[in-house]
Amino acid sequence: MKTTAEVVIVGGGIIGCSTAYYLAKMGVDVIVLEGSDHIGNGGSSRNGGGVRQSGRDVRELPLVMYGIRNLWPTLSEELEVDCEYHQDGNLRLGKTEKHRDILTKLADSARGAGLDVRMIDGDEVRAINPYLSDEVICASWCPTDGHANPLTTTLGFYKMARRLGVTFISGECVKELRVIKGKIRQVITPNNTYEGESVLVAAGLDSREILTSVGIDIPMTKSLLECLVTEAQPHMFDQMLGTAEADFYGHQTKHGSFVFGGSSGLERYNKDNGTPVSSSKTAPCICRGIIKYFPDLAKAKIVRTWAGWMDASSDGVPSLGKVDEIPGLYVACAFNGHGFGIAPAVGEQLAKLIVTGKTDVDLSELHYDRYKAKI
Amino acid sequence: MNSVNDRSRDIGPFVPGPDDDMLICRCEEITKGEIRKAVHDGMWTLTEIRRYLRTGMGLCQGQTCSRLVKGIVAKELGISPSELEPAASRVPMRPIEMEVFANEAPDEKEGE
Repeated sequence: MKTTAEVVIVGGGIIGCSTAYYLAKMGVDVIVLEGSDHIGNGGSSRNGGGVRQSGRDVRELPLVMYGIRNLWPTLSEELEVDCEYHQDGNLRLGKTEKHRDILTKLADSARGAGLDVRMIDGDEVRAINPYLSDEVICASWCPTDGHANPLTTTLGFYKMARRLGVTFISGECVKELRVIKGKIRQVITPNNTYEGESVLVAAGLDSREILTSVGIDIPMTKSLLECLVTEAQPHMFDQMLGTAEADFYGHQTKHGSFVFGGSSGLERYNKDNGTPVSSSKTAPCICRGIIKYFPDLAKAKIVRTWAGWMDASSDGVPSLGKVDEIPGLYVACAFNGHGFGIAPAVGEQLAKLIVTGKTDVDLSELHYDRYKAKI
Repeated sequence: MNSVNDRSRDIGPFVPGPDDDMLICRCEEITKGEIRKAVHDGMWTLTEIRRYLRTGMGLCQGQTCSRLVKGIVAKELGISPSELEPAASRVPMRPIEMEVFANEAPDEKEGE
C-alpha cells in the first residue's frame, strides 16, 4: 500500500476530496486518509445542500462568490456526475420586525462586499414562491444563490480524484502529525505512518485534536444539526430557503423530495453517545415549523431523518490556509455548517496555494490565528 | 467496522453483463448495471452506493433491495457479503405525514 506522496490530506470529506481533485489536475501526487469507513461521512453528506452567498459573513463572501462564478456552473460536466446544481435564488424569510432588522443588516453588509442581495416584502416573496404562507412579511432575496446535491457532489469529487490517480484510504483514523527537521513530514494512524512534503488537515471537528499534536490549536466546538426528507412531491419551487434566525432551511430536490434542516433548541444538551443521532423531539419540531411556512406540505410524508455535527468557531467562519509556524502544513476546518457551497472554491484555491504559494482570492481574513480575547 | 480500505486496490475492469438492465431498487429504479458501475467508480460501501445512486432511499427505505444490493457490490469487489456493513437505518420506520409527525406535543396544541 502506498504510504508516501507529495501531499497527504487528512479528511475525506468534500474539502479533502475537492482539494485532492484540483491538486491531481495539476499533476500532484496525493494520498487522502479518511477516518471513517465512508468517503464524505461527516457534514459533507449531512448538510442541507445550500450553495449560498447571502447570509454569510463578509470575510468568507469573496471565496464563495468566486466559486459560484467560476466553478459551480460547470461542475456537473467536470465531475461527470449530476450535482443537481440550481441557481434560482435564495429567499431568507422573516416573520417579525426583529427578523426584518437581522435580514436588513445582513443584506446591507453583503451589498457592501459586492453581492446582489436586497430586501423584499411579503407580497414580492409570494410572487417568487406562491406556496409561502401569509406569516412571511419580508425576506432577503439573492438571485444568484442556489442549491445542489451534497452526496453526488462530494462523491463526484472523490470519483474524479481517484480516476486521476489519487490514493484514497478509508478506515485510517489519524492520531498524530510529526514535524521532522522543522518541517511537517509524518501523518500517523494506529496502523501506518504516512509521509508527505505537505499535509492538509481537513478533518472537520477532529482537526482540532490532530493539530494539537504539533502545537496548533484552532478553537471550535461541535454543534448538532438535524435534517429530514419527504417522499417525492410534484414540482413546486426551485429556490433555496432559509430564515432570519437560521432555524430552518431547505429546498426541493431534482428527485422531487423536500430536504429541510432545523433544530429544536435543545441540541447542546442532547445525549449523543459519541455519534450524531437524531433526537425524537427535533423532526416533529421542524415539521411544525415547515407547516407554518408551507401549509400545502402538511400531508407530505417524511421518509427519513438524520443528524450531523458542524464544527463551530466563535466567529462563525472557517480557518483556512497555511500554518506559519510549521512549513508544509495547511488547514481547512471550522466551516460552521456552511462548508458545502464554498467547498469547490476552497479546494481549488488550496490546491493553488499548496502548489504555487499564492491564491486568487485573499484568504488572510480566515487566518487560523485570528482569535483574540475581547479586551 | 473501521478497517483500513485502500480504494486503489485493483478490482479489475467493468465487464458489461446480460442482466445489467434488471431493476434492483424498485422505488428509485436503479439497475444492476448502475450499481456495478458505481463500484468501479470507487463506491465500495453500501452507504456510498446509497448516497451516490439513491438505492434504498425511496419509500421502502431499502427494506426490499438492500440484500440484493449487498450481494451485487460484494461480488463486484470479490469479497463475501458478510464483510459489508449495512447502510444505517433511519427514523421513521414507516413514512409519516408531516402533520401527524408534528403532532407529538398534543397538550400544547389544545391551548391554541
